[in-house]
Amino acid sequence: MASNLSEIRGQFPFLKETVNGHPLIYLDSAASSQKPARVIGRMSRFMESEYANVHRGIHLLSERATAAYENARTSVAKLLNAPREEEVVFTRGTTESVNLVANTWGRENIKPGDTILLTEMEHHSNLLPWLKLARDADANVEFVPVLENGVALDLDSARRLLAKGPKLFAFVHIPNTLGLENPAADLCAWASASGTTTFVDGAQSVGHQPVDVQEMGCDFLACSSHKMCGPSGIGALWGRHEILSAMPPWQYGGEMVDRAYYDKPATYREPPARFEAGTPPILEAAGWAEAIAFLNDTGLEAIREHSVSLANAAVQQLQKIDGLRIFGPVARQAGLVTFSIEGVHAHDVAFFANERGLALRAGHHCAQPLMRMLGSPSSSRASFYLYNQPSDVDALVAILHEAVAFFR
Amino acid sequence: MDNELYQAVLMQHSKQPRNFGPLENPTHAADGHNALCGDEISVALRIDGNTVAEAKFTGSACAICTASASIMTGEVKGLTCDAVQTLAGNFRALLKDGTGPELPKKLEVLSGVHQFPQRVKCAALPWETLVSAMQSPVG
Ligand SMILES: Cc1ncc(COP(=O)(O)O)c(C=O)c1O
Repeated sequence: MASNLSEIRGQFPFLKETVNGHPLIYLDSAASSQKPARVIGRMSRFMESEYANVHRGIHLLSERATAAYENARTSVAKLLNAPREEEVVFTRGTTESVNLVANTWGRENIKPGDTILLTEMEHHSNLLPWLKLARDADANVEFVPVLENGVALDLDSARRLLAKGPKLFAFVHIPNTLGLENPAADLCAWASASGTTTFVDGAQSVGHQPVDVQEMGCDFLACSSHKMCGPSGIGALWGRHEILSAMPPWQYGGEMVDRAYYDKPATYREPPARFEAGTPPILEAAGWAEAIAFLNDTGLEAIREHSVSLANAAVQQLQKIDGLRIFGPVARQAGLVTFSIEGVHAHDVAFFANERGLALRAGHHCAQPLMRMLGSPSSSRASFYLYNQPSDVDALVAILHEAVAFFR
Repeated sequence: MDNELYQAVLMQHSKQPRNFGPLENPTHAADGHNALCGDEISVALRIDGNTVAEAKFTGSACAICTASASIMTGEVKGLTCDAVQTLAGNFRALLKDGTGPELPKKLEVLSGVHQFPQRVKCAALPWETLVSAMQSPVG
């Protein structure tokens, strides 16, 4: 990808922005990614000449909109290598996908005394819905521990805990904090040997590297468009067809119903419609499909290599800063670096960096229990994606040296 | 730029905060945190009758929050609880638009904060925690 990096960067209009006269350097893609001109253009054109509600009108624009919406489902199914398109349910994003499963599959299947297994490295969105479900259902929650300094998931413990046959194992594929990738296929294999249902949080992995749900062997996987160059407001839940078709609806209203009556219970449509009550994110689906086409054209393996190599370069240089602590493994498996600096608070680092055009994330990264356990309630995070370049790492390092001199 | 926010006096307070550390035998205490950036501070008070006799703070917070807590704990010592409430209200006004009625000079180093909306919460947090501490007797 290095050879066509300038061509890729040329497709991102946000790179023309400046802060106090400095070119904007965006190192916050793990929170949300920027959008290429193709996606922006696709969404404008869609609104100009293809927009209407979907699945309802017998008219030209409704046909166009329905085609775009369903084509987007095909794109997502291909991106995940899903066996069937109907296994892709559009949601508002990863968070909504987790809540959907917790409130449907969860309420039907989690019984008093059952165990839900999670890991200690979950984002709040793959943590809080399960904790609420467990409290309501009187179920137990166990956590696969994280090794010292967050270098990896404790796989021995994972194996042992999975052998006990929990009802559900929900885990993050790539956490948004530690720069590592969990061995999802192994974890799912151990889980299915015990009859455990698996839910994978793919928010940080899908669109950043190849992800294949069949190879992974999971039962559910969630992802978000906005993390992969698409618009916010849409994401997906992928689930095995036999599991999805046994699940009751979650939200009720138009589109999800088959037959409705005043005086007797309604009947509901087959998935995915059953889980898409109301007018869906139509425009966003069109934008997301374009983003997926863009990522495929660039190459997901190349994108991964590019982001990971920038993160590795950052780790090499950041390690030299006195009092700087990096969380996670030295050899990066994902394109981000979370760190804290002794005597300099993360919020000051982010402010200082922003004044110089550099966008960093500061805080607990929606993983409060993890960061508390690692002894750093507030840290900084630099995350890399396909539009970042090696000189962004140099700028990061230079600014951090300056910040240390200023604040310490 | 940085200098408007991180004035020299403010940086002194953040690097060497006054009244930082645990307070023995507090009568009142509260914790505060800023979910956005991870500032966490605790304020402990000894209130004699109706007067704040001692005020100290602990925690891990950014330069603005730490400096604000350092200055605050110095200013409120010896004031009545009512006077502290008034001062907290005036300080809130200062953070809103950069001018506040009848504020002690020392608090004015924080007047620049209003130009940086994301940092207002940092400067306000110690005061919010102080007000909540006054209403939270220990034990
Ligand atoms: C690992 C992880 N899981 C879940 C989420 C939640 O995604 P969303 O906010 O798009 O629902 C995020 C991003 O915020 C994330 O990084």
